[in-house]
Formats: sequence, structure tokens, C-alpha cells
Amino acid sequence: MLDLLKTPVLALQDFCVLCGRALRNIVRRPHYFDDIFLQMDIIGFGSLPIVILTGFFSGAVIGLQMTRALQTYGATGQIGPIVAVTLVRELGPVLSSLLIAGRNASGMASEIGSMKVTEQIDAMRALGTDPIQKLITPRVIATTVTLPMLTIIADFVGLVGGFIVAYYLLNLTAGQYWTPAYQILEWNDIAQGLLKPFVFALVISLVGCFYGIRTTGGTQGVGRATTQAVVVASVWIFILNLFITRIFVNV
Amino acid sequence: MAERASESVLRFEQVTVCFPDVVALKDVSFSVPAGETRIVFGAAGSGKSVMVKTALGLVKPESGHVFLFQQDITGLSEQELFPTRAKIGVLFQEGGLFDSLTIQENVEYPLLNQIKAAAAHERNGNLETRVREALRFVELEHTLEKFPSELSGGMRRRVGIARAMVTDPPLMLYDSPSAGLDPITANTIMALAVKARDTRNTTSVIVTHRYQDGHLMANFRYNPESGALEPARRGSGIHERTVFMVFGEGSLVFEGTQEELEASTDAYVSKFKGIKELR
Repeated sequence: MLDLLKTPVLALQDFCVLCGRALRNIVRRPHYFDDIFLQMDIIGFGSLPIVILTGFFSGAVIGLQMTRALQTYGATGQIGPIVAVTLVRELGPVLSSLLIAGRNASGMASEIGSMKVTEQIDAMRALGTDPIQKLITPRVIATTVTLPMLTIIADFVGLVGGFIVAYYLLNLTAGQYWTPAYQILEWNDIAQGLLKPFVFALVISLVGCFYGIRTTGGTQGVGRATTQAVVVASVWIFILNLFITRIFVNV
Repeated sequence: MAERASESVLRFEQVTVCFPDVVALKDVSFSVPAGETRIVFGAAGSGKSVMVKTALGLVKPESGHVFLFQQDITGLSEQELFPTRAKIGVLFQEGGLFDSLTIQENVEYPLLNQIKAAAAHERNGNLETRVREALRFVELEHTLEKFPSELSGGMRRRVGIARAMVTDPPLMLYDSPSAGLDPITANTIMALAVKARDTRNTTSVIVTHRYQDGHLMANFRYNPESGALEPARRGSGIHERTVFMVFGEGSLVFEGTQEELEASTDAYVSKFKGIKELR
């Protein structure tokens, strides 16, 4: 029984140590600004098309799905607030984070994992560079900066998607859609809508890098690390989403 | 020189290294004085590469002490190890080149690190000169703009040597420099190791499974005038300063000169004896 627990407990310990060192390095020299901006470009700008597409169609689908229910009550004018609240509180952060987990946690795990199995990490350490400082901290910073921004963009584009449904199918005017959509949003919604991607970004980057840096077993190991990184990051996004939502929603 | 020779550059004191499933090094002790060349033989999994990684502080020993340049590095943190590691050049088995960087960026990487460590503003202008000089040493100056994936295995290994010696380190560690290469390329790599030893007076530790590599290091010298290797004269010190070690199942089972290795009757050690007549 103890042997069964040993591996996950040791992995958790390693993960905590890695988190501590990666976060501590944010304030320690040397800072690899080139790597931070490169990662921001890869994670942020590189993910923009897919986040825009997903956000737009999510907003449009929410609008469509809600239409039938709202028509029953003659409340189609409420389409804007419903799309806004759903996107800003939940779908925007969670969908964007899941996309980034799929796209970038896998990328981080495979890139760092490949470096590990080809002795590049050892070479880096031997040449006087802390691989956590050089490889992991820039990815953590880049993800935590860009994911909230991507979420804001996804939210806005989703609202545009909802507006197109409302305008063409429900014949609402721009004012009838945008004004209540804007008015319904409170600071509480904005706060959780930004806190979630920030926390998820930490999870995605740290989990991706963690599985990458502990890769063993050649190319097969890299594939395994990549899969594990995406699965674990995605699961933690759902779990943490529940806890963060609970903090903001008083029942 | 005599005083320098007596200084130990690398010393293992009863070092034991354990991994979850296996004891990789068992109670290993040896000392490498400045200017000496160590040839490390051993079967696959005998602990040769772990010894190199332990010497660099990449692997922490379970017990015992590792001394680099008279300093006990056993308990040092990663950050504290960096200044000591900067004095060591390492050639990894597969070269360990960063595949996302060009050859020029790979070779200048340790230089940039040292400059950063000294002072961020002290970026000297002769960086490229030193990179070119190191690449010229391995006859690959024309590959500056290429990426490692564009080079052959032997060329990558040579770039690895250039990167290892660009900072002019007093200690060079070679982890299986000739493994997986054809005999001609393997000899080219080993000739570079001889050249590095003779022109820069570096202490070398060479992990290999080829007897020829040790023979070459122990009996040949680099002639700077002809630019080629030639047999070293007996009494020149090269042969005497080349010591052979054999690892077996994590233990150091033999340590001695080439003659002692040849004379060994131990069944395991005898497997590493080979042909003597080499060009």
C-alpha cells in the first residue's frame, strides 16, 4: 500500500519543489527577457486564431441555444446578458485555458522533454545555466500574462458571436443587445473572469514543464509526457474552476 | 609545474550514487592531478557516465565527497556550482547541442554565460572571434550559421568539443566521444582531444569503451607544425600522465598505467585490452 503511494507522493513533492523554484526565479537574476517575449509570441499570438474562432462560435452557440428558452418566456431581449455572463464567468476562461492546455502544455512538455532525453538539459546545467530559470520561468511568466489577455479577447469575440445571432435571428438592435450585456456585468464577474485564467495559466505552464523536465525513456517517453501534461492540466482546470467559482458564488 | 601537477583537479572520495532501482556507483575513490589524462573504460551500465555527471554535480552522491579544484562540491546548490562548472568543458555523448540554436549561438553560449556571470555590461567585442577560433580548432568554421540538425553525427560531436573548450577550461570531460561513430570519424574526434590536451594543457577525463582511444591518448602527441598526430617519445611525460581506469557494476575495478592494464589477468579488465598497433 505504501509502495503504491510512494510514487504519487514523490511526484507531488517534486512538483512543489519545481513550482517553488520556478516562482522564486521570477524575482531572481538573471532574467531571460528574450525567452519571455519569445514564449509570449508563441503562446499568446500563436494561440490567437484558435482562441478567436472558439470564442466566436461559443458565443454564437450560446445565443442560439438560449433563443428557444427565452422565446418561451418572451424574453429574447435577455440574450445579451446571458451570453455576457456565461462567457465572462465560465466559458471564456475555461475554453481558452483548455485550448492553451492542449496547444501549449503539450508543446512545453514535448520541447523540454526532447531536450531532456537528448542531454540538452544536462548540457545547460553543465554550462552554468539553471534550466528552471531559462526554460520554465519564462514559460510561466508568458502564460500567466497572455492567457488572461486571450480570455478577454475570447470573451469579446464571443459577445460579437452572440450579437450576430441576436441581430440576424432575433432582430434585436445593437443597443438592445450590448447595453444590457454591459450592464449585467459586475466587478465580481470581471474578477473571477480574470482570476481563473491567471490560476489556470500557472497550472498549465507548471504542469507542462513538470512533465517535460522529468521525461525519461527516449522518444516514447516524450510522447507519454506530452499526453500526461495535457490530461493532468485539463483535469486540474476543471477541479480548480469549481473551487474558484465557489469562492465567488455565495449560495 | 611540479607544484601544479600535484594539485588534484578532480577527486572522488568513497562516492556512492544510488538511483531508485540500482546502485550506480559503489564506494568509488580516485584522484586526477592537474595535467593528467584519465581513460575510463567499462561495460554499458557500469557507471562511467554517472561518474562524469557526478563529477559535474549533475548527480548528487548518496555518500562520499567529490572535490573539484580542491573544493568539496557535494553539498553545493545548483547556483553555487555554476562558478566551478564554468571551469570544466564537457562533451556529452550525443554532443548535447541546443537544437534550436545555430552553431555560432551554441558555441558562444558558455561565453555569454560567463560574461553574464561577471557583469552584464561587459559584453566584449571579440565574442565572435573566440567562437570562430574554437570552431577553427575543430575545422568547422564554415558551419557558423547552420543548425545542429544540418550536421552529421561526427560534426555535431566536433562542435560539442568546440563549445566545451571555447572558455579554455582547465578540465575537460568527454563522455563517450567516439561512441556510435565510424572508425575514421572516431579517430578525428580523439585526435582533437589529443590536440586540446597538448595545445591547451588541459586535464582530461575520457569515458570510452574503445581501447584505441586510450592508446591514442597515451602514445600520441599533437605536432603543431605539421598539424597532425605523431607517436610521442617515451619520457615525454604523455604516456606516464595517462592513467587507465576500468569500471564494473558501479565499482572502480582497475586503476593503472597502460602496461598494468595490459598485464592484468582479471577476466573483466582483460576485455578492455585491445590491439596496440594503431596509426
